[in-house]
Amino acid sequence: MIPRATPPPPTATGVVFEARKLRKVYHTGELDVVALHGVDLELNAGELVCLLGASGSGKSTLLNILGGLDVPTSGELIYKGWQLDGSREETLTLFRRNCVGFVFQFYNLIPSLTARENVALITGISLDPMTSEEALEMVGLGARMDHFPSQLSGGEQQRVAIARAIAKRPEVLLCDEPTGALDVTTGITVLEAVERINRELGTLTVVITHNAVMSEMADRVLYLSDGKIVNSHRNETRLPASQLKW
Amino acid sequence: MFFNAFIIALREIRRNLTRAFLTVVGIVIGVAAVVTMVTLGRGATEVVKAQISNIGSNLLILRPGQGWGHSGAPMFNKSDLRTIKDQVPGIHALAPFVNTNVPAVHLDNVRNTDIQGTTSNYFEIANWKIAMGRFFTDAEVLEGASVCVIGETIRKELFGKGVDPIGGKIRCKGMSVVVVGVTAVKGQGGFGDDLDDNIIVPYTTLQRRLTGQAKKDNINQIMISGETGYPTANIVADVSSLMRERRGLTHNEENNFSVFDSLQLADAISSSTRVMTSLLGWVAGVSLLVGGIGIMNIMLVSVTERTREIGIRLAIGARAREVLLQFLVEAVTLSCVGGVTGIALAYVFCSLGAEAVGAPFLFDPKINLIAFVFSAAIGIIFGFMPARRAASLDPIEALRHE
Ligand SMILES: Nc1ncnc2c1ncn2[C@@H]1O[C@H](COP(=O)(O)OP(=O)(O)O)[C@@H](O)[C@H]1O
Ligand SMILES: [Mg+2]
Repeated sequence: MIPRATPPPPTATGVVFEARKLRKVYHTGELDVVALHGVDLELNAGELVCLLGASGSGKSTLLNILGGLDVPTSGELIYKGWQLDGSREETLTLFRRNCVGFVFQFYNLIPSLTARENVALITGISLDPMTSEEALEMVGLGARMDHFPSQLSGGEQQRVAIARAIAKRPEVLLCDEPTGALDVTTGITVLEAVERINRELGTLTVVITHNAVMSEMADRVLYLSDGKIVNSHRNETRLPASQLKW
Repeated sequence: MFFNAFIIALREIRRNLTRAFLTVVGIVIGVAAVVTMVTLGRGATEVVKAQISNIGSNLLILRPGQGWGHSGAPMFNKSDLRTIKDQVPGIHALAPFVNTNVPAVHLDNVRNTDIQGTTSNYFEIANWKIAMGRFFTDAEVLEGASVCVIGETIRKELFGKGVDPIGGKIRCKGMSVVVVGVTAVKGQGGFGDDLDDNIIVPYTTLQRRLTGQAKKDNINQIMISGETGYPTANIVADVSSLMRERRGLTHNEENNFSVFDSLQLADAISSSTRVMTSLLGWVAGVSLLVGGIGIMNIMLVSVTERTREIGIRLAIGARAREVLLQFLVEAVTLSCVGGVTGIALAYVFCSLGAEAVGAPFLFDPKINLIAFVFSAAIGIIFGFMPARRAASLDPIEALRHE
């Protein structure tokens, strides 16, 4: 169980997520779609992990379950010693609110709010947030705080989304194809922001991509196929995001 | 948190200004109509009440015939007057009333006016106050003295500005009278008639000098004032049966006289106002219901349009009840904007309408407050369903929504 008010204290090292035999089955009509097929996984504090795999391989499903947005059909999921599987919705909401930052492919900003206010959505409800201004500075948008999403480019919007995700100082940052809708140059500015968060805040970061090149900036790469982790490897050195080429 | 929700609500309204306007039109119209009608109705009632109390508040008038016309119906006489006084309980005072319409002349000034003959207690019965000089006395009535008390309109018309009318002579056909007093201004009567356009003389004087020989003893009306607290309906009943008896009417003959009761008139007016008000209440209820459904409709549309936004909020850790609150605040803000606009509109209508109707604009904070609270309640009631729908969305589904 996650305690109501205080999340477990952030730790610099150690296992953050531990998943065993995670299965996820979607029941759609007569057809059962098995999205996760028994995933075993360990994610450590401070790591930057890339999830690679073809479309439909179960990457989003896995990320959503890690982030408490979705629940596994069976299997075990431990977050810093707290059992997440089988938790009540209320508990998962608190887990999302206090421990997890999400970044989605389509920036998902609220159009009627300025950049600053979009970030403030989070700082208003979390325990020990940084200010909207600090968060936006970290993604290099200090000068655009009072602009509405429609006044920002795609890459800038995605960086606002990152600022929103990290403003709560989450233990975990989960990004689902953050560059999927962006061209190369803007994609790189977004990845630089992600990299900087991971480096400066020591946040465990999981980035989904189906672009293998991007995995060179990660500590570890996990390959998903048909709902299973089929391969994984560790990079000896991380390539700075700015030097990625595709 | 509340404040934030409110700010966001205002933004959403501004973003869809036309839509918001169309949505709240129902509530605006409902609120404006009710507040206007109730306010003007109250003003009109006050005017009528004041006019009735001008006539005399527990005043009964015995008239010949039924209704306003009395052609052919027999008049009253002194003996009727005496018998009513002696036999009907609950009467404080009564006075005969004889009137005729002839030109009154003072120097070169002429005015066609109502010459009213009565006794001195008429002044008390009909609630007259003296502004200048005095009323005439019982002794003057007995001897048929040539004195009169005039209304403000007559003073203006016959004597003009700055002239002291006391001691002045007025000639009406064969009768010449000296002014002894001027009554205080009463203004309009219950039917818009000028209550100050009259000359009051002892009825004995009028009977002797003005009316023809044949009708010498006729009394046109009998004015009766009830004792305070004594039910006027009883007096009406007693006077009626006494008069039927004196006139020998059989049980299948109608009254050939009528008793006008100013209190009953006041009651009738306030009960018709009540009926109007409750009717308006229904109209208001229906238009607010329609307005409320409009709000519910638009909030449901808004929830659908903003499904992704709701998904984001839930995904980043907003509680269901926080999302519920956001949408509820939006609905209430919308309906309150409607309510406030309606109230402002009603203020304009009342200011314009008051002059048109000839009633004063009595601003009533209570009805405005009620209207506001009501429109807020509409927002809560009709905003709840859409808000709950928003709050119960599944975050993943919502995020996937296009
Ligand atoms: N809500 C859902 N209902 C039914 N099937 C789903 C649902 N979400 C995902 N799936 C299925 O689960 C599989 C994995 O999907 P997903 O995790 O989104 O893959 P990826 O992100 O790697 O493209 C796919 O076959 C997809 O069709
Ligand atoms: Mg996906």
